[in-house]
Amino acid sequence: MAVQTPNGFNLDRSGRRIVIDPLTRIEGHLRVEANLDSDNVIRNAVSSGTMWRGIEVILRGRDPRDAWAFTERICGVCTGTHALTSVRAVENALGIAIPENANSIRNIMQLCLLVHDHLVHFYHLHALDWVDVVSALKADPKSTSALAQSISPWPLSSPGYFKDLQIRLTKFFESGQHGPFKNGYWGHPAYKLPPEANLMAVAHYLEALDFQKEIVKIQAIYGGKNPHPNWLVGGVPCAINIDGTGAVGAINMERLNIVSSIIDRSIEFVEHVYLPDIVAICSFYKDWLHGGGLSSKNVMSYGDIPENANDCSAKSFKLPRGVILGGNLNEILPIDHGDPEQIQEFVAHSWYKYPSDCCGLHPWDGITEPRFELGPKLKGSKTDIKELDEGGKYSWIKAPRWRGHAVEVGPLARYIIGYAQGKAGFKEPAERLLKGLNLPLTALFSTLGRTAARALECQWAAHQMRYFQDKLVMHIKAGNTATADVSRWKPESWHKEAKGYGFSEAPRGALGHWIKIKGAKIDNYQCVVPTTWNGSPRDAKGNIGAFEASLIGTPMVDPHRPLEILRTIHSFDPCLACSTHVMSPDGQEMASVNVR
Amino acid sequence: MSGATETFYSVIRRQGMTRRSFHKFCSLTAASLGLGPLAASSIANALETKPRLPVIWLHGLECTCCSESFIRSAHPLIKDALLSMISLDYDDTIMAAAGHQAEAILEETRAKYKGRYVLAVEGNPPLNEGGMFCIDGGKPFVEKLRSMAEESMAIIAWGTCASWGCVQAAKPNPTGAAPIDKVITNKPIIKVPGCPPIAEVMSGLVTFITTFGKLPELDRQGRPSMFYSERIHDKCYRRSHFDAGQFVEEWDDEYARKGYCLYKMGCKGPTTYNASSALRWNGGVSFPIQSGHGGFGCSEDGFWDKGSFYDRLTTIKQFGIEENADQIGMAAAGVVGLTVAAHAAITAVKRMTHKPDRAPHKSKPS
Repeated sequence: MAVQTPNGFNLDRSGRRIVIDPLTRIEGHLRVEANLDSDNVIRNAVSSGTMWRGIEVILRGRDPRDAWAFTERICGVCTGTHALTSVRAVENALGIAIPENANSIRNIMQLCLLVHDHLVHFYHLHALDWVDVVSALKADPKSTSALAQSISPWPLSSPGYFKDLQIRLTKFFESGQHGPFKNGYWGHPAYKLPPEANLMAVAHYLEALDFQKEIVKIQAIYGGKNPHPNWLVGGVPCAINIDGTGAVGAINMERLNIVSSIIDRSIEFVEHVYLPDIVAICSFYKDWLHGGGLSSKNVMSYGDIPENANDCSAKSFKLPRGVILGGNLNEILPIDHGDPEQIQEFVAHSWYKYPSDCCGLHPWDGITEPRFELGPKLKGSKTDIKELDEGGKYSWIKAPRWRGHAVEVGPLARYIIGYAQGKAGFKEPAERLLKGLNLPLTALFSTLGRTAARALECQWAAHQMRYFQDKLVMHIKAGNTATADVSRWKPESWHKEAKGYGFSEAPRGALGHWIKIKGAKIDNYQCVVPTTWNGSPRDAKGNIGAFEASLIGTPMVDPHRPLEILRTIHSFDPCLACSTHVMSPDGQEMASVNVR
Repeated sequence: MSGATETFYSVIRRQGMTRRSFHKFCSLTAASLGLGPLAASSIANALETKPRLPVIWLHGLECTCCSESFIRSAHPLIKDALLSMISLDYDDTIMAAAGHQAEAILEETRAKYKGRYVLAVEGNPPLNEGGMFCIDGGKPFVEKLRSMAEESMAIIAWGTCASWGCVQAAKPNPTGAAPIDKVITNKPIIKVPGCPPIAEVMSGLVTFITTFGKLPELDRQGRPSMFYSERIHDKCYRRSHFDAGQFVEEWDDEYARKGYCLYKMGCKGPTTYNASSALRWNGGVSFPIQSGHGGFGCSEDGFWDKGSFYDRLTTIKQFGIEENADQIGMAAAGVVGLTVAAHAAITAVKRMTHKPDRAPHKSKPS
């Protein structure tokens, strides 16, 4: 009783159902259910976002200049990217142009996030899907050292170094208290690395934990703290004063030196640890090319990291911009965020109410209210869900579509579009990686491809930080020290009514904010977020989203220990706090039903 | 970095505490709990042989900035905290296990470490829509919170979400998000507000508990006095400009470039109790004011609903350290006389510890 979705996937929910909830090592709360056939191959997949916070309801009636701080709190993992998108939306609505230095500093902060987030995602949220920690206890430290030294000049690679780590790990496991490694899927047949590669990877898991806290010091210099640095409508809050009176209280030589030094160390860590690890892991898993899902069909990227301040042309953006449909790499379609026919959100299978469930709404006109109701085939009860009914409403995530199409967003989407465009910094590194692994281009459309694209992008972003830091210094040398335009800071200078949008490429993909301002207050605010695209439930026509599509056809070795599902879902780097949002029609408090 | 048998005792020995000091520490702990010399040897025995402090870290409605901040800690390194100081047996964000295997850990912990684990909560439970604005394992998150709180020794309320409600509880609080102490009223709760809290404040609190075997002194609002008893303004390096009447008048003006006071740009430092001007952020690199933006009071109750972040404070009557956090907190229903033995010590002295003497909150979830 298989049905084919309009976007080309065969779904069959007749087989045995498995449930993973909570799906851990992500940001927020996510539930995944899947039906397996008699060979334990996934034939139907259901992804359900299980939290909602209502940030946009809260934004209504507030000062648009404050919106960045509220939306920044949508996510503390991709911290700052919502804030950047928000100040862009407000500036777009109010017609504010920011100075070049503010553009460079914003780019450095956004790139810093890309580097940090990708590194932490791989080592601390994703690596344990490929790396068996317990197997590392059996490794030979000498062979581990030989392996590490054969792939990288990274100095922490002596036999003694790995031996010490192994002793520490052994005692840790012998203590019987396994902390975050407790109940992992150790010994699962889907783990393919030899003990030595596992030991090396565990060493780098711990080193990356030490190093990640250094990377974000860049955001602390320019934004005062991380997580949740400070931003400003009109520019950036940090003033520049290199050698005048009071320079010690501003961005000065010492501050620039800290940033510069961390950029160098970040490039080194990514190139000597992260990338060699990715290549090593890919070489052991290159037979496991499942999880492509939508990536070989529809991908989208808004573009980001503008070379020039206030220039939103595809040419100015260093990250690719455009949409690919139907796997046609020969045509990159243009995006217009203001066109009501392009980006729309649907709620047929989401816990929200629209005037009509079959019609989508553009974010400027987003009218939505929560409606928590479950389909008739639900197993369990309203507050004790055993199995969801995907025929009804089943997620707090809405279903955004581009011209009606479900698309994948994120690093892999960016690399596919960059590859198709022949864009500098995208095509060549992807080709080199594939060639080194002796894999065809089609191998990119996979879980492994998603994970590898993220690593390539991390390296790209680290080098781009260097580029914009140098550009900033060059501008200061030329006597240009402006960091903010305050000509429209005061609400008296605004039009009575205004609307605008801002967008960015967050670590997890395309992010957009839409704002309407009335009488100097926020009248409507909507965010359409990367995990809303990737983690979306079905739409009214039955198209499945990227998470669900990526699981179809994947064989599972041991359904009781769903390692393969974790591996593929984690490859998207889900962020659920980001993905679930809504605006109530009148901003009023929802009906209150207290729990006991 | 070779390991040892990782009991609490071996960890503090490795960190330089002598055996003599260790026994002195045990005696002092026993004395501070009002117990006799026999209890001291029981505590010592427990600390030498019992396991690392089990910590269960739950996530409600939140943004994970608290977890991100925690892993920024420079001292101790989080690597060392995880491998040698605590046993972080459950934390959705980093744990290897998922689904049934993850849920099983909660049941096991409740039974095996009854009354001996710390429950750390990031975020808060929504109470509207039957609690289903935050679903965990198919059920309302608040059920999981209640269940894990029941057998815990004490609760750490990480960040402004768990402490006060934070952004999702800002008006009109559509999900009915409630701070932890509105839902759990019979356990000691340590509030560590901030959006997020500073990394070393978080790791400092955890290591205080494992090192000294007790909960730290709390103010009347339930915050550790060591980090929350002074205002940002009191220790701000731009304070002299405030006192001299030298203010930034506009973003990026010549006074901004000279590092003048940000009071007129809306800085809430004068009314915010937090350690950011003293400890600073990210290993001491900076803090909001140092990087040119006023503080907006992210560690204060209800800070989202006190007007724009750029509105100038008009409620300051006078300046100086004339009022402390306790006096201000008197107005709120608070925590008094809270002392419990933490970690392994509790197994030895459990029946003899003080029950926390707390006034239950009367106010309804907003």
